[in-house]
Amino acid sequence: MRHQKIALVIMAVLFALAPLAVYPVFIMKVMTFALFACAFNLLIGYGGLLSFGHAMFLGTAGYAAAHSAKVWGFPPELAILFGTGAAALLGVVTGLLAIRRQGIYFAMITLALAQMIYFYYLQVKFTGGEDGIQAVPRGTLFGFIDLSNIWAMYYTVLVIFLGGFLAIYRVIHSPFGQVLKCIRENEPRAISLGYDTTRYKLLAFVISATLAGLAGATKALVFQLASLTDVHWTMSGEVVLMTLLGGLGTIFGPVVGALIIISMENYLAQLGAWVTIVQGVIFVVCVLTFRRGVIGELASFLKKPL
Amino acid sequence: MHATRKLSGAVILALAAMGAQAQVSDGVIKIGVMNDMSSLYADIGGPGSVTAARMAVEDFGAAKKGMKVEILSADHQNKPDVGSAIARQWYDVDKVDAIFDVPTSSVALAVNQVTRDKGKAFIVTGAATSDLTGKACSPNTIHWLYDTWMLANGTGGAIVKTGGDSWFFITADYAFGHALERDTAEVVKKNGGKVLGAVRAPLNTQDFSSFLLQAQASKAKIIGLANAGGDTINSIKQAAEFGIVKGGQNLAGLLVFITDVHGLGLQTAQGLILTENFYWDMNDQTRAWSKRFAARNGGKYPSMDHAGVYSAVLHYLKAVEAAKTDEGTKIIAQMKKMPTDDPLFGKGRVRADGRKIHPAYLFEVKKPSESKYPYDYYKVRATIPAEQAFRPEKEGGCPLVK
Repeated sequence: MRHQKIALVIMAVLFALAPLAVYPVFIMKVMTFALFACAFNLLIGYGGLLSFGHAMFLGTAGYAAAHSAKVWGFPPELAILFGTGAAALLGVVTGLLAIRRQGIYFAMITLALAQMIYFYYLQVKFTGGEDGIQAVPRGTLFGFIDLSNIWAMYYTVLVIFLGGFLAIYRVIHSPFGQVLKCIRENEPRAISLGYDTTRYKLLAFVISATLAGLAGATKALVFQLASLTDVHWTMSGEVVLMTLLGGLGTIFGPVVGALIIISMENYLAQLGAWVTIVQGVIFVVCVLTFRRGVIGELASFLKKPL
Repeated sequence: MHATRKLSGAVILALAAMGAQAQVSDGVIKIGVMNDMSSLYADIGGPGSVTAARMAVEDFGAAKKGMKVEILSADHQNKPDVGSAIARQWYDVDKVDAIFDVPTSSVALAVNQVTRDKGKAFIVTGAATSDLTGKACSPNTIHWLYDTWMLANGTGGAIVKTGGDSWFFITADYAFGHALERDTAEVVKKNGGKVLGAVRAPLNTQDFSSFLLQAQASKAKIIGLANAGGDTINSIKQAAEFGIVKGGQNLAGLLVFITDVHGLGLQTAQGLILTENFYWDMNDQTRAWSKRFAARNGGKYPSMDHAGVYSAVLHYLKAVEAAKTDEGTKIIAQMKKMPTDDPLFGKGRVRADGRKIHPAYLFEVKKPSESKYPYDYYKVRATIPAEQAFRPEKEGGCPLVK
């Protein structure tokens, strides 16, 4: 436990100092995706549920936050809250349907629901279809922090990211998290011990959806844009890739995975369509040589869970 | 004492040196060419636009005048989020001073917003939506080439007047298609025609069959294609397979580039009526430039977008030279103040709402038998004078127009 806290402090300091050396908007993107991947990891890494439709939470929250900030004039804190709430609500509805099945069926149901949501957003008027919701105002946080200032925005995102990360950390180490891991390892045994596994799985699903929504709503404010990219199924695939690459079922893995994938997208952008091919190659190499992901391998080398 | 004097002398010298070129930020004029490099609009702009920009820098003689100009390029993949992220990073990190081209109206509107926030310069040649000089107009943007109002009045107006008075639209489902459909429908109605319906097709559609069948069932005389690039090519080809033209309905390609005609082949494209601002075979100057361009572009002749990027970069550099600054808002003001003049579009000007005006031409695609040499595709049906080709300044609703 102690080394995890040390690693946490190191991560927080690194993110706090990073904008001195690297482009802040880039780090903000990394942080939002890291939070998204951590939320996803909570579900698959600790609950053993592979959702293949997590982009619907990211995108829904983004659209809700962007629309409420732009059209209804919500201040940023309420817009983020509203977006997160919308994702949580969607999590409850889709969760109730999806957790009735396991394994590949669970993944397929989440994918199907996400595709329905995608086509809904493509057609419905308020999302602007292909155009997305553009020019979303960042506004002033709590009425006195002007988020159009890049530093104010950066540290707001940092606080949101660390808050979300700590929430996940707390969930994993709580009795609830232990039961979740127990369900992942052996669901019939958990049932025989008297746990209502359906309720645990649903709660995990909703928490994961909510935090993914938090990431999506924040992302919409950072980029002042909510677009179809965030609800597209490739986004659901990307978060799987981030989590696997960083280390499934590790606390810090998704953060590292997000950093790697987003850096690749950013710095290899000139290659155009080749980025996906490079990602594919890296994924194959990862699966063949270090299956536990970057952090997973590191943890097993240090013989300490990270 | 001596050391201090030396030092202060050096500082003064340095300051003076900075003063001499103080206005051009970091001593380099950085131009970003952003467009679709790999997908359905890549032939219209794509790498050819970068070549055109490079030619403009060379022809301007930047090196001889002691101006350092760098050109960057990027692929926005037709996604507004990708485009606005690139623009932001270009302005913040790479110190880009002006962005050119940017086809795909949804992306152009996003870049328009980022440019305005950052106080830089944005010269659109690739995107069509007339909102760029209407409700989305900005003191940092010039809409250089063509727009949906011009296309609607050129092609749409000509067709309605020759008897095509009932319309059905197949519209690309994003900002550009919506604007083009809206502007064309207005023209049709104003000239006494009727719009029977419209169907929205997703951007980059491969299979137009269901949309074409709806258009066929509408019994409209004219099927208006409010799309562009690969979408136009696909819809025209598939309409031929459905025998739509043989069945008595006519297609109206509302935005057709010479590269599309080249892709379709004259056999399929013959007789199409279209509006453009540039055709390589107009006069000696355009021919000379186009041949130079083709030699550097793998033998492919320039589209109107390539010509647009060339003339826009040229005018931009002239403005930088005249105003001795590359600061976005000031340079756009300077570009509006100076009359434009280049070998490809002739003389023109930039209006207060950011609209650059020049003549538009109504072309008809030649029959295969009329085409004598490579890229001999168009004959001119009408010339629309510059002052009539674009929406009157006051009707756009742009707040910059007083």
